Amino acid sequence: MTVRATSDLRNRWAVPRASIPDVGPEEFRGALLAAIGAGGRFVAYFGMPEEAQHVRIYAVVEDELARLAAISTRVLDRFPSLTPDCSSASRFECEIAEQCGVEPAGHPALKPVRRHPPDHLPSGRAAPAGFDRNAYPFERIESHDVHEVGVGPVHAGIIEPGHFRFRAYGEEVLDLEIMLGYQHRGVERLLETLPPRRGVLVAESIAGDTVIGHAEAYCAAYEALGRARKSPRAQAIRGVALELERLANHLGDLGAMAGDVAFQPAAAFLGQLRGDCLNLLMMLSGNRYGRGLVRPGGVLFDVPEPMADEIHRRLEALAEGLRPVLDLLFEHAMVQGRFEGVGVVPQAWCQSLGLVGPVARACAVARDVRHDHPFGIFRFAHLPIATAWAGDVLARALVRRLEAQRSLDFLLERVRSLPRGEPRVPCEALRPDELVVALTEGWRGEIAHVVVTGGDGQVARHKVIDPSFHNWPALGAAMAGNQISDFPLCNKSFNLSYAGHDL
Amino acid sequence: MRDFLRARLRQGTATLRYPDPALRLPERFRGLPAVRCEHAAPGSAEELVVLSGGKPRADLGRCLFSPEESASLGGGPLEFGGDHRLAGSGREDLLVDAEIPRVEALEGRMRSLFGRSLRLRSVSAGSCNGCEAELVALSNVVFDLARFGVQFVASPRHADGLVVTGAVSINMREALLETYEAVPEPKLVIAVGACAIGGGPFRGSPEVMNGVAELLPVDLHAPGCPPHPLTVLDGLLRLLGSV
Repeated sequence: MTVRATSDLRNRWAVPRASIPDVGPEEFRGALLAAIGAGGRFVAYFGMPEEAQHVRIYAVVEDELARLAAISTRVLDRFPSLTPDCSSASRFECEIAEQCGVEPAGHPALKPVRRHPPDHLPSGRAAPAGFDRNAYPFERIESHDVHEVGVGPVHAGIIEPGHFRFRAYGEEVLDLEIMLGYQHRGVERLLETLPPRRGVLVAESIAGDTVIGHAEAYCAAYEALGRARKSPRAQAIRGVALELERLANHLGDLGAMAGDVAFQPAAAFLGQLRGDCLNLLMMLSGNRYGRGLVRPGGVLFDVPEPMADEIHRRLEALAEGLRPVLDLLFEHAMVQGRFEGVGVVPQAWCQSLGLVGPVARACAVARDVRHDHPFGIFRFAHLPIATAWAGDVLARALVRRLEAQRSLDFLLERVRSLPRGEPRVPCEALRPDELVVALTEGWRGEIAHVVVTGGDGQVARHKVIDPSFHNWPALGAAMAGNQISDFPLCNKSFNLSYAGHDL
Repeated sequence: MRDFLRARLRQGTATLRYPDPALRLPERFRGLPAVRCEHAAPGSAEELVVLSGGKPRADLGRCLFSPEESASLGGGPLEFGGDHRLAGSGREDLLVDAEIPRVEALEGRMRSLFGRSLRLRSVSAGSCNGCEAELVALSNVVFDLARFGVQFVASPRHADGLVVTGAVSINMREALLETYEAVPEPKLVIAVGACAIGGGPFRGSPEVMNGVAELLPVDLHAPGCPPHPLTVLDGLLRLLGSV
């Protein structure tokens, strides 16, 4: 049996839990291996506690034609691991083990993901005794010639905490292991237990630079379960905010990369332009990151005509300043020399590690939720997918440049022609025993919120998958063969979220 | 080279004058609040409004400056004004009703040591990266923190104080304490953002400490989610006695 590609599992479309195939663990494994082997990838793969000390495991996969399908199984304390035959399952299974206390039997490298005691343990099961947050089994290379360099969790700049352990031969990095979890705040449990009025504030704080992206996915899930139909106007305003967020972050990243190669003429100015975008979000929502704008059922703030004109005027001025500075950055031989060939991600990793967002698109993998699973305004406004092919720092910078340009074009075109409609419509009570997969293309890539309701209409499980969860392993792997001194630049070109990963 | 110069000329100067009496943040900005308890939906004022000195006051340390907390936007107990000056010295200074919280300027030896040159080390501990992004923005060409003699440094051993962001996750507790130990005396601790002050949106999660005050003495609180860079700038300058 293969994972059934049912037409009823679509982005932001709630389905009855009973419609999702429930199979035995061996069949579950076989079906998923077949689906991934045929060019599919994991969108989500997680556990939730069920009655009688069991754990329900759901997997959501996307096939080569970008169709979504789900399958589930019910296990007691162990299940056969997919990882020996499918490397992209590895971290999902580590997460299931950590959150639900079940063992993926046969997993070759079971490690903690965030280093916390299980917070989704079925009732009646005992938590592990003597749990140690610091017991992390680092890989080792036994050799007199190899040295280790440990960095973090407190880094040299104003950066989130994480621990990097380089194993190096001289200056050459043999391997980089990344230990995360320092930002773990227990987000999923909060989303499952807090009233929605406070839950949405937690959703906005999953990753503080992706407020709109995560709020969009969170609200889409609640809207699907509560059968709310947003007005075209609300959809358009949310689209505008999402692209403003993308523009702000891509420009900030390009500026930070310019700064890392000491190219000041671009670094300072791009930082300033990023601020200009944040100030537009402030004008819209009263907060520089767009907090308070996106709520279930639509948006809390409308865009009156004078404001739309003002946003348009400021974006035109931004576009005028942006072009020369980007030309300067990308045409300069020193910048090209530093960007080219550093931190190469081979295209094959996009499949074997399940990469998403600009990191995958820099390897000519045209994967973009706005295109593959269009939602809201993006069903009508088609943004071309921006790709590059080399997979290095330069390719990731190029993808950001192209995407920034396309977001800017979208904004200039749309902001003064918002459709009519109520900014916000009410949501009904959540439907019981349903599951929804809500995908959004955040500026880092695919954001997934999978929400499952129980028989009482309450949220039984709220799974959050930030694009960083998919992409962190690629950063470690891409560093092999590079110099340690290239790490800051390589890291900036990925710019992954610690908070989004750690939850 | 000519291209560089031409680009720089075109870019001009973007630095904000500060303090600037003419400064106006956008209309929708949610700043210094006044208490409007009578409008609050039942249960929405929980711990956001406290009785202090016989008068209901907004607790800026617990405020997320969200529309839900606003009487006119979401049936909350507060009405937000446009003032960004929200920082206060002690935790109790954050209990206000439309008046700017008190910041006690450094005096004596601390003033002579730090007044014209303050070096800070940032520690991010269980945050969402929003406050960190605003701290980074403080050093950009618009806010240009360095012109006031304040800079972020790489090592705690070179620092005069810590800027802590985040609710202090259990996993960061030890690293935060060790970083604090590494800063030479006398030292300051500045809590930036709702999380560092009281746990913010994560308050009550078993994975966080509900703020830095449970571990370290705090000399300056900068409320906000995240605080506007100007809120932090104003707090620092008032702490140093330069405005």
